[in-house]
Amino acid sequence: MLQTQLLSNHHFNFGRRGRDSSVGRAGKCDVHRLEEGPPLKAELTREQGLRYYRIMQTVRRMELKADQLYKQKIIRGFCHLYDGQEACAVGIEAAINPSDHLITAYRAHGYTYTRGIAVKEILAELTGRRGGVAKGKGGSMHMYAPHFYGGNGIVGAQVPLGAGIALACQYQGNNQVCVALYGDGAANQGQLFESFNMAALWKLPCIFTCENNQYGMGTSVERASASTDYYKRGDFIPGIRVDGMDVLCVREAFKFAAEHCRSGKGPIVMELKTYRYHGHSMSDPGVSYRTREEIQEVRSKSDPITMLKERMLSNNMASVEEFKEIDIAIRKEVEEAAQYATSDPEPPLEELCNHIFSNDSPLEVRGTNPWARLKSVS
Amino acid sequence: RLKNIVLGWNDLLCSKPMMVRDALNQAMDEELERDERVFLLGEEVAQYDGAYKVSRGLWKKYGDKRIIDTPITEMGFAGIAVGAAMAGLRPICEFMTFNFSMQAIDQIINSAAKTYYMSAGFQAVPIVFRGPNGASAGVAAQHSQCFAAWYAHCPGLKVVSPWNAEDAKGLLKSAIRDDNPVVFLENELMYGVPFEMSEESQSKDFTIPIGKAKVERQGTHVSLVSHSRYVSHCLDAAVVLAKEGIECEVINLRTIRPLDVECIETSVMKTNHLVTVEGGWPQFGVGAEICARIMEGPAFNYLDAPATRVTGVDIPMPYAKILEDNSLPQIKDIIFSVKKTLNV
Repeated sequence: MLQTQLLSNHHFNFGRRGRDSSVGRAGKCDVHRLEEGPPLKAELTREQGLRYYRIMQTVRRMELKADQLYKQKIIRGFCHLYDGQEACAVGIEAAINPSDHLITAYRAHGYTYTRGIAVKEILAELTGRRGGVAKGKGGSMHMYAPHFYGGNGIVGAQVPLGAGIALACQYQGNNQVCVALYGDGAANQGQLFESFNMAALWKLPCIFTCENNQYGMGTSVERASASTDYYKRGDFIPGIRVDGMDVLCVREAFKFAAEHCRSGKGPIVMELKTYRYHGHSMSDPGVSYRTREEIQEVRSKSDPITMLKERMLSNNMASVEEFKEIDIAIRKEVEEAAQYATSDPEPPLEELCNHIFSNDSPLEVRGTNPWARLKSVS
Repeated sequence: RLKNIVLGWNDLLCSKPMMVRDALNQAMDEELERDERVFLLGEEVAQYDGAYKVSRGLWKKYGDKRIIDTPITEMGFAGIAVGAAMAGLRPICEFMTFNFSMQAIDQIINSAAKTYYMSAGFQAVPIVFRGPNGASAGVAAQHSQCFAAWYAHCPGLKVVSPWNAEDAKGLLKSAIRDDNPVVFLENELMYGVPFEMSEESQSKDFTIPIGKAKVERQGTHVSLVSHSRYVSHCLDAAVVLAKEGIECEVINLRTIRPLDVECIETSVMKTNHLVTVEGGWPQFGVGAEICARIMEGPAFNYLDAPATRVTGVDIPMPYAKILEDNSLPQIKDIIFSVKKTLNV
């Protein structure tokens, strides 16, 4: 049961302004140890709106295609889908620069896309083909891109990594920030608090971000956390709680957070209240610990893509036909990507042992038996 | 062999005795100076000059940015070090002892060691994890474990175990310059031991390649293969055995992973007998691996007796001196094992 209200009065209500842009008005975000939070007004241009729509819809369709391929047993192992949470990834990317850094846990396909990897390379990685972003060697949880550090399988481990990336930014004096994401389940990990401590001590430009989708696998937040105010869990670190279903809210909050970090004030903790439609992973139907009614309610009232579309429509920023065109183009892109992902060959066995060490001379790797002397190159 | 004799004379002529801790200090100093991406973090490394004084003087010279004192949070700071390595820096992450690295072992294995492979060569992790490993003196069970076998088990890591000061300097410099995660196992009891340093080792570009063992003493009757502190024990045992006409070849592994099997095989094919010596526990250990590898290779047919492992006793480390002394290989244990292996 959803105890806390998902859609609080944080989302942006659009005022009339014109076709090319709209200014939204919103209630205040919940803040912790901050005099003021993100601005109450934000401008959304038509171009931005259509772009956010397109990216969110692409992530949505990509994830649904992954669901399909998994059920056909073309994708195997772990597959943690992101549908429902699109506004988080897209809003964050809209607020930061490509030269900023981002790291997340295993529900990572959306971020892999927003950080610059094509749908076909993501799907081909899921199907374990040589054209996958990690050449088929990583799988769902281990996809990387410039300034995107995965894709991490061990719950919580990515958070100290993110603080370390922020340390590198500070050390190099490049004015970049690192967004280090984790879920409501990981929020209780000890290594998070170790990271908070060091990030605060050393004023690291790290935006610690809890994507609170209400459930850590099958355990609701109330059953896992003594305090579900995840934006306050940084204690001495300022925090903001944001409506994670509203892409504009997310964007404005992260613009604020990035500025906070870049100005040398140290880290900040963000909580994005969001929701996942799928279960924890493809092996979880997702209905033993929550009701179908709850899932339906979020879909009908708070879907991030629908909300954005309806707002743009009601402000005459775009037409129904335009959205249809975008949808058709995305469907085609995802279909072609799936085609590629199912037809691309698997990685060659000769490359099994490659990439053990970087920048090293070739070495011999023992195979399954003493006569199997395999070769590894960097 | 001639080369070894010449080098031996060279050492005597140009030596400047240096303690292992100072060799490590010099290695870090030189690499910090050479590459501004290199930095050191760990507990007490800065203002305390290092819990074992290995980083003495570095904070004074390089300041807060490059020599960082951390809180007592191994999992957190090891993860931070790995993240910094991913984002372009070259951290040296010190564990006050490797016993505490257990708290951080997930970051070392899952975040550091495996990443280059998982990313198919996209994301390198140029990091050194260093600190004292294995038994000390009277520090009891929780502070005396040897982690060589645990880390050497894992692909994606290099595991280095220097013996003398020259090893320490050359191997640490190599480890820092290596673009991969290196676990650098020092030994607290060796920190204060002085060794003569060759002329060559005075250079700021002196490195010793990782993955190559060194024959410290030539011999014909038995190959004694060891790493870290126990190389000293082997050399001492060799002196005693020589008086009885048994000439031991002593091999200093220098690197545990990748293991220099060829060096061991060449030696065994000459001596026909193998005794491994280590401080760690016997089961699934370094000696066990060496024996298995010898069986799988050409040297097996040259063995005149089964290989013998000399190891720590298979118990948690006790405290009382008499118990502790009898929990670790002593010179008499090596001598006994050699004679048993040679059946004399």
